Amino acid sequence: MNIFDFIFNSAAALLLLAAVVGIAVYQHVVKSGLTARWHSLPLYYAWFAALWCFGPAFTLFFFASALDLLHLYTANTSFLLPATLFLSIAGLWHGLRQLKPSLRARQSVEGAVRFSLVAAAGVSILTTIGIVMAIVFEAIQFFEIVSLWEFLTGTHWAPDDATEGNTSGMFGSIPIFAGTFMITIIAMLVAVPVGVLSAVYMSEYASERVRNTAKPALEILAGIPTVVYGFFAAITVSPLVVKFADSVGLHADFTNALTPGIVMGIMIIPFISSLSDDVIRAVPRSLRDASLALGTTPAETIIQIVLPAALPGIMAACLLGISRALGETMIVVMAAGLRPNLTWNPLEGMTTVTVRIVDALTGDQAFDSPETLSAFGLGMVLLVITLMLNILSIYVTRRFRSQYE
Amino acid sequence: MNNQASQQRLNRRYRFEKLFKASAIAALTLAASFLIFFFYTMISQGFSALSQTEILVEVHYNEASQKSYKKAVDKSYRKIVSRGWLRTLPLYMEDHPEIVGTSKMQWVTATGDVDQYMKGKPNRLKSKYKKQIDQLQSEGKVKLAFNVNFFTNGDSKMPELAGIKSALVGSILVLLVTMFVALPIGVMTAVYLEEFAPDNRITQVIEVNINNLAAIPSILFGLLGLAIFINFFGVPRSSAIAGGLTLALMTLPIVIITTRAALRAVPHTIREAAYGLGASRWQTVWHHVLPLAFPGILTGSIIGLAQAMGETAPLLIVGMMAYIPDTPTGFTEAATVLPAQIFTWAGESIRAYEERTAAAILVLLSILLSMNSFAVWLRKRFEVRW
Repeated sequence: MNIFDFIFNSAAALLLLAAVVGIAVYQHVVKSGLTARWHSLPLYYAWFAALWCFGPAFTLFFFASALDLLHLYTANTSFLLPATLFLSIAGLWHGLRQLKPSLRARQSVEGAVRFSLVAAAGVSILTTIGIVMAIVFEAIQFFEIVSLWEFLTGTHWAPDDATEGNTSGMFGSIPIFAGTFMITIIAMLVAVPVGVLSAVYMSEYASERVRNTAKPALEILAGIPTVVYGFFAAITVSPLVVKFADSVGLHADFTNALTPGIVMGIMIIPFISSLSDDVIRAVPRSLRDASLALGTTPAETIIQIVLPAALPGIMAACLLGISRALGETMIVVMAAGLRPNLTWNPLEGMTTVTVRIVDALTGDQAFDSPETLSAFGLGMVLLVITLMLNILSIYVTRRFRSQYE
Repeated sequence: MNNQASQQRLNRRYRFEKLFKASAIAALTLAASFLIFFFYTMISQGFSALSQTEILVEVHYNEASQKSYKKAVDKSYRKIVSRGWLRTLPLYMEDHPEIVGTSKMQWVTATGDVDQYMKGKPNRLKSKYKKQIDQLQSEGKVKLAFNVNFFTNGDSKMPELAGIKSALVGSILVLLVTMFVALPIGVMTAVYLEEFAPDNRITQVIEVNINNLAAIPSILFGLLGLAIFINFFGVPRSSAIAGGLTLALMTLPIVIITTRAALRAVPHTIREAAYGLGASRWQTVWHHVLPLAFPGILTGSIIGLAQAMGETAPLLIVGMMAYIPDTPTGFTEAATVLPAQIFTWAGESIRAYEERTAAAILVLLSILLSMNSFAVWLRKRFEVRW
């Protein structure tokens, strides 16, 4: 029997046993509460006994499965079964022995609760460390094969041609990052003006009714999955772009950089507009009133007073928008093409970091092949850029935030 | 003279005012028209996939067709009746031996090309068969019926038989894993940080960490899932559990952040009143703060789960874009999810998949929109203004 099946079954059995023990203890404490004065409420004694019943065995399960998952030691059932029985019986015995009116059961149970809360918080930190470690470790393997300098300065990306021994000149990431930044810039050119102006309209001009319909409508735009945007880009927008380019006498590839850029911009509009809307509304009324009292038009008030006051927040929103655009995957996978292409022409096909990551990891390459590892190298650069943008946006809001009373 | 100049300046300023307001309205209208255009294209493309062409033919249930399924229909129909449907006949006859030796007229699924022709969409049907279909249509032997296959079948290499059932079940399995991992850990972390943790360096580091985690692109969670869950821990590739765990890590920061906001919205007076009556910290949290914050926590969790359900990129990395014709029955079996199914269909070269992709998108969007509007309804219904 697989140890996980064993753990799962015996955990279920133990919890059942613990429930029975808990109910019995509860009734015992309630009954004897007529004659003796117990320190805590009966429920705490029930939990105390139940915790001693399954706690020790669960600790064993935790370590056994952790060791097994880390490939350090595989516990077999013939060891686990007696150990589980022993631990739960000994625990139960130990718990029941302490069960007397003077026992401070509430404190013990609350200690256990606090411990599990801390453990949960620990998991979420472990996740962060895990994501960094996983990507960095694999990326280090990659950078042992390909030098970092070559990776960052090379202009030729052809991982398909790379073999175990020969990787020189195959992993130059500049065309990939050029494509990523090109698409991101197009996206921001769409998203920032539309997003900020919509936010201005919603917070400064619109009646309450318009605002109450426009804001949820924009939130719908934010809730659409990216794969759907990708399909929309590939099937609907891309032919439109090609047709439009033809009508003005230009040639556009079907997988051009403009299409994913525009669609990504649409995707980011609600993100920027809702964050900007919040910061614009946070600008105090008195500033507007003072400006309007001097005889300015609403537009002048907005441009000269409100927007400068809200600028740090808007900039932070834009930075977060950029980091979203850089890491966006499905739209570019479906509409941007695979060919690394170093060009200034957005009507040509370009590829991005995320496209190459998906492409490298969904093929049937061996896990330690240079191509697969290159995905982790690209992933690490992406991680570093996103984290830097995130920190920058926090810094911008902190540094330039004006305090209003 | 001076008056005229100032009048001009004033006019210019008013013109600018009008222009600015108009451009702000234009921006909002543009965003709204994107939304309308988007839904219009999706619905107009996907709606036709809800019907499917069927042909009335005589099906022979006999030994010959049991050996070679093609012989179940007359030769002239072989190219317009779905081969995938014919293939199921021998098994059907095995299960229903009483039917062997009979033949009956019945409505049968047509091929994808016939279907596209009937719907007036681009197709590769030869003109010979086009004439045959026109002929059959005038005899009333061809009809567009409700597409049951789309909801009861798994993926298929034949567009007329492809359906979303296995992807939908896969999505539900993945979401269950995500829910059971991310919600308890997320809520517990938030409760600890908001109600118990001392305000020190470590807590601040954790806070910054969680905010950073929320900003990491989803595809990097896929890399994490591949490197840690699949390669290190040996979780089966493309299984619901691998996908669910990966998405759980992605949803975790959202759950933590929304739960903390909900806890923070509970006013301090509630806590102080509880302390004043002699409740311990945990009793205060469990009996008073959590019940009051519950609607907010639920709203945030539903929104986080809806986001996880629409996510594709990390799942592609952990291998959930495999061809899965059969409905998965367990958490360790290979599965696919609805967004990944949309992705694979979108990449198919056969045109008949296009409307199915759009229809699958409509299904996904209606699920996500109802989840989100349920969350908003919850927030409105139970929101307490302190």
